[in-house]
Amino acid sequence: MTDSQSAAPSSTGTVRVKRGLAEMLKGGVIMDVVNPEQAKVAEDAGAVAVMALERVPADIRADGGVARMSDPEMIEGIQSVCTIPVMAKARIGHFVEAQILEALGVDYIDESEVLTPADETHHIDKFAYTVPFVCGATNLGEALRRISEGACMIRSKGEAGTGNVVEAVRHLRNILGDIRKITQADEAELFEWAKQLRAPLPLIQEIAETGKLQVPLFCAGGLATPADAALAMQLGAEAVFVGSGIFKSDDPAPRAKAIVEATTNYNDPAILAKVSRGLGAPMTGIGMDEINVAFADRGW
Amino acid sequence: MIGVLALQGGFAVHVEAIEACGFDAIEVRTPAQLAEVDALVMPGGESTTMWKLLAFQELEGPLRERLEAGMPVFGTCAGMILLSASISDGRADQSSFASIDLDVRRNGYGRQVDSFEADLPIAALDEPYRAVFIRAPVIERLGDGVEVLASVDGTPVLVRQGPVLAASFHPELTPDTRLHRWWLTEIVGASS
Repeated sequence: MTDSQSAAPSSTGTVRVKRGLAEMLKGGVIMDVVNPEQAKVAEDAGAVAVMALERVPADIRADGGVARMSDPEMIEGIQSVCTIPVMAKARIGHFVEAQILEALGVDYIDESEVLTPADETHHIDKFAYTVPFVCGATNLGEALRRISEGACMIRSKGEAGTGNVVEAVRHLRNILGDIRKITQADEAELFEWAKQLRAPLPLIQEIAETGKLQVPLFCAGGLATPADAALAMQLGAEAVFVGSGIFKSDDPAPRAKAIVEATTNYNDPAILAKVSRGLGAPMTGIGMDEINVAFADRGW
Repeated sequence: MIGVLALQGGFAVHVEAIEACGFDAIEVRTPAQLAEVDALVMPGGESTTMWKLLAFQELEGPLRERLEAGMPVFGTCAGMILLSASISDGRADQSSFASIDLDVRRNGYGRQVDSFEADLPIAALDEPYRAVFIRAPVIERLGDGVEVLASVDGTPVLVRQGPVLAASFHPELTPDTRLHRWWLTEIVGASS
C-alpha cells in the first residue's frame, strides 16, 4: 500500500456523522429498558438500540413528582451488557444533564418531555455537543425548531406510558401532512408557512424542494403491539421507539421480537398476522381523557 | 437489477445512490426478491439485528448460496461485518457468511462520540473521497487474497476479494456517488 492511499482521521461530531447514526437505526425498534436484564432481552429480540432510563414512562406517570436524568451507574450497567447503541434522556433545557450523558459516552441523547422540563423557554443548544440528539415534536413547526437547534432525529411525542397510539398518529399526520402541503405551495406561500409554523424560512424552503424532513423521522409514544409499529411505519415513520409497551406487557421477550419483525415487514399483512399471534396481554393502557399530565404539551 | 438488503438500516439511501448512477434498484426482504437481483448491497445498520432478521425472513440460506455462487456484493459497515470471516465483540449467537477473508471488530473505532468523517484517497478514484464512519468496525486481519483499496492511519477500510467489496464506512451518506458508480461499472458490470 502506498502513502497516498492512507488518510488520517479528521472530524468527529459533524452533522453528517450525527445524522448518520439515525440513518443506521431506520427500519428498527428502539426499546426502553430500566436494567441490564431488560437490555439483554431487548438486544436478544433484535432491537437496534436501547433507551436507558430509571423508570418507564408508565411508571413515571403513575409515580408523579419530578423525573430526572437516570443515575450514571445505571446507564453504565446497561452500556456494559449491550453491543447496540445506548441512548439516554435529559430533561428539556437541562444542558448539564446532557454534558454528563455525553461524558458517559451514550450514543444518542433524547431531550425528552417524558422527564420534567428544566427550562420553560429554552431547549438545549444541541450543536454544542459531539453526541447527537433526538427531540420530540407534535407538529412540523416544533420539529423544525428542534432541527434549527441541532436535533439530528425527530420523533413523534405520542403520549408516552399510555399504551395508546392515538397521539403518535396525530403527530405523524401533522408533520407529514404539512410536508405534503408545503411541497404544493408557491414561493409566496412559503413565507406564510414559516410564520404559521414559527419555523425558520430556509428550512421550509428546503422541505418545499426535497419533500422530506431534514433528519430521520421516527415514531414514539404509546406503541404497544406489532400492529401499532406497522401502523406508524405505514404512515411514514422511519423507525419506532417502544417504551412501556414491551416491559409492561405480560410476556416481554416474544412481544419485543414480534415488534421487531413487524417493523421490518410493516407492509406485509400476512407476516403481521403471523407475528401478532399468541403474545399474551399487551399493557392495559389508558385513554387520553384519563391522563393527568399531557407530556406532549412540554416543549416550546 | 441491483438489490439492496432492506431488513433494517441505511438501505433507502443506497437505493437512491444506485438510481442516481442510472441503475435500477429494489429493496430485498424476501428470498423471491433476492432471486430477482444480479448484485446486492448489504447496507449499514445493526449487524446483530440484521443477522436475526436474516433467519426470520428465511434469507440466510438463499443468500449464502448466492454469495457462494459469486454474486457481486458490496457490504458497508454492518454489511461488511456480515460478510467477514470472523467477528470480535459481537454477540455469541451472531455469525457471518465468510465471503471475504477478513476478521473485524464491531464498533472497533468506539462509540458514537468517536464516529468521524475523513478524506480518503482511493486508488480507483481520481480525487479523495469523503468517507463517513459511524460506530464503525475495524478490520483486524486480512487474508492473502484480499486487496486493500483504501486505508485510514494504516488500517484498511475499503477491501476487495473477487466479487466481494467491503467498506467499514458509509458511501451512501454523502451525495458523492463515485464509489457506487465504480462498483456498478467495474465489478458488477465486469461480472455480467
